[in-house]
Amino acid sequence: MKPLILKDIDDLIIGSLGIVAFISFFVGGVVAIQTSLNMTSPLMPKYLVGFATRQSIILEFAPTFISIIMAGKVGSFITSSIGTMRVTEQIDALEVMGINAINYLVFPKFIALTLYPFVISIAMFLGVLGGLVACVYGGYGTLEDYLEGVRTDFIPFHFIYAFIKTFVFAFLLATIPSFYGYFMKGGALEVGKASTTSFVWTSVMIILVNFLLTSLLLG
Amino acid sequence: MIEVKDLHKSFGDAHILKGITTSFAKGKTNLIIGQSGSGKTVFLKCLLGLFEYEKGSISYDGKIFSKLSPDEKRALRAEIGMVFQGSALFDSMTIAENVMFPLRMFTKQSKSEMEDRVNVVLNRVNLPDAHKKMPSEASGGMQKRVAIARAIVNRPKYLFCDEPNSGLDPKTAIVIDNLIQEITDEFDITTVINSHDMNSVMEIGEKIVFLKDGLKAWEGSNETIFRTDNEVVTDFVYSSNLFKKVRKMYLEERN
Repeated sequence: MKPLILKDIDDLIIGSLGIVAFISFFVGGVVAIQTSLNMTSPLMPKYLVGFATRQSIILEFAPTFISIIMAGKVGSFITSSIGTMRVTEQIDALEVMGINAINYLVFPKFIALTLYPFVISIAMFLGVLGGLVACVYGGYGTLEDYLEGVRTDFIPFHFIYAFIKTFVFAFLLATIPSFYGYFMKGGALEVGKASTTSFVWTSVMIILVNFLLTSLLLG
Repeated sequence: MIEVKDLHKSFGDAHILKGITTSFAKGKTNLIIGQSGSGKTVFLKCLLGLFEYEKGSISYDGKIFSKLSPDEKRALRAEIGMVFQGSALFDSMTIAENVMFPLRMFTKQSKSEMEDRVNVVLNRVNLPDAHKKMPSEASGGMQKRVAIARAIVNRPKYLFCDEPNSGLDPKTAIVIDNLIQEITDEFDITTVINSHDMNSVMEIGEKIVFLKDGLKAWEGSNETIFRTDNEVVTDFVYSSNLFKKVRKMYLEERN
């Protein structure tokens, strides 16, 4: 089981860092620029750019929207890899050998995705950093103002809230795509359809659960 | 020996197996033949325990599968080798890792013992240098031989093959047939093959069970299939002109 878990950590977590880093950094930059451009009132403090970027990234962008992107990347990978094993009778081969195929295929992915908060931590850090770079080097504000905004009204529970969501989304990312892959029927075309369906339903569930958890934890 | 008594299997309203009774002898190559949709694959999957059946029984050397405890079922599965139609090799593993997989799952052998056993079976299927290849790098015939190696690596008592020749050229198909026959004789195992291939029927069909519409329509061997007057069987087996001529020549020779 250990080699399978390590392989899934490599495929699902390490393999996602590049795209998560890229998207987080540039979206953080865009959030900072948009906030700055929309602050037309001179009464608004300059540090608001850093504050708004931090809040957007930590509360929603990193945990929720990165999870939707991961539903496309990781979710499709899980569905198509398990679905292909189903189509090519590899799951039947496991069952004939008396191996619990769900345990063998899904459990390592589930364990690997418990490291998902690590990915989200990186997304949070790089999102805020991207905002800083865009703000300072784009001429939208000073480094001091941005850093002051990032530190202003910091509420530690917001991190707890974000990581509670992250753990729940990790569970959804491991289970929904595995379900669609494991129980698919048909051939290669159906593997593609199952991947699409799993992405749609994982995204829908992430959005609904996000609403529910936000209402419960912050409402 | 595998004995099947009055086996029934349905999917919803579709009654697929309608009471099959037969047996598969030890040390023989037993073939299940029949048209597409006759219930061969369902029958094989019931034999393998992949499908649960509504009525009837399947016993492996006297042990009735449905009455076994989960541990006993697991022990029995360790004695089963299976060659799937599409080989079903694990994509993410090398050929050697594929063959070693049942040993890792069912035995507590050391790595060197497992490697020795993998070498023996890969040599047996004439693939002594294929260890490090990935399944995607192997030809269809090679993949079938790897699947056979994986099926026999744990010294099974029962070997099941689902259309082992599908997608292979006639020459490679004969190589695979002969390999299965030799392994059956050499290890004295009960081999059950699901096949469409009439060459296999004639070459290695020591026992043949012919299924039609979920029922056993005929039972015999590659000797008796030439002499049978059963129209259902002759319509299917001798549907090609080549086999009609072969049969005619055989009967003329006998007379």
